[in-house]
Amino acid sequence: MKQKTLFIGAAILLLLVFLIATLVYQSEKIDQSAKFAERNRANLMRMHSPALGKADAPVVIVEFFDPACETCREFYPLVKKMMAADRERIRLVLRYAPFHKGSDKVVAVLEAARKQGKFWPTLEALFASQPDWAPHHAPQVALVWPHLEGLGLNLEQLKADISALETAQVIAQDLDDARALNVTMTPEYFVNGKPLPNFGYEQLKKLVDEALNEAQRR
Amino acid sequence: MNTTGPLTGLRTDTTAWSLTFAAWLVASVSMLGALFFGEVMQLPPCVLCWYQRIFMFPLVLILPIGLFPLDRKVVRYALPLAVLGWLFAAFHLLLVAGVIPESIKPCTQGVPCSQTVIEWFGFVTIPLLSAVAFSAVIALLVLTYSRSSK
Repeated sequence: MKQKTLFIGAAILLLLVFLIATLVYQSEKIDQSAKFAERNRANLMRMHSPALGKADAPVVIVEFFDPACETCREFYPLVKKMMAADRERIRLVLRYAPFHKGSDKVVAVLEAARKQGKFWPTLEALFASQPDWAPHHAPQVALVWPHLEGLGLNLEQLKADISALETAQVIAQDLDDARALNVTMTPEYFVNGKPLPNFGYEQLKKLVDEALNEAQRR
Repeated sequence: MNTTGPLTGLRTDTTAWSLTFAAWLVASVSMLGALFFGEVMQLPPCVLCWYQRIFMFPLVLILPIGLFPLDRKVVRYALPLAVLGWLFAAFHLLLVAGVIPESIKPCTQGVPCSQTVIEWFGFVTIPLLSAVAFSAVIALLVLTYSRSSK
């Protein structure tokens, strides 16, 4: 009988320690990432970063994304919908975070398309055809080309820009900023500099709504 | 000291129970620790870590089955797991220490096993914790066995 009590007591104690450690670790991590983002505000946006919406919009969503990331693909229309509901007051800034192996080459295509003023249609074409050019999470830039037809891109210029030093620098800069802001997964969102407490559409929506309310009060 | 009679049998029973219970404690702490590293701290486990988990996690279930009621035969079922797990942990330690060269490491993609993600006090790494845990489980199980065979 005593042994049973000992065993059950130990099991409960171990689980409790695990739960408490988890809670402590997570709350510390949220504090830490908020402080990190606060300290590295300069890393949130760059001159080259593609953006949608008014430049002086009170609510700025910064999204670190990977074109090969399925969740980024799923979240893109959701964020667009959020923006459509409040076109005047929400701005979306995209940052490259090619964490998938081989994804940096696809990001280079995007960056080259941005130079031709075709970032958004290219991004949408890439997201729409993602399963074709990134089968089994393995992005292959060679499979991308057929999906870019009809966008009116100057392909010769595009290919030159892809291998340009400037493009590589932009990608390296964004990856550096991702590191500075402790971005380890995509998509990662910052709403007016605040990171999501944990990942999810609801959390993003809540943060955006809070920022909108705050903007209203001012 | 009593050396004869039913009391002695009872005492060796209690000792065997405590030893197996201690082995279960070690296995449980190891499992929760591994889950903490993996699920809470989100450190992706490398291939060798997965094999060590495969041999550690079942102990958390098998050992209590031998505790209620006490069945010393549990050593026969648990020890092979612990020994194999220990071998993987030892291999992992040698890999991290650089004794085993890169070319024969089994993980070619994903998280490299030779990468050190945690280092406490300058020498405590995850594979070291794993090797210590497997050694402790083996020692406790062997003790349980030797107590019962007398």
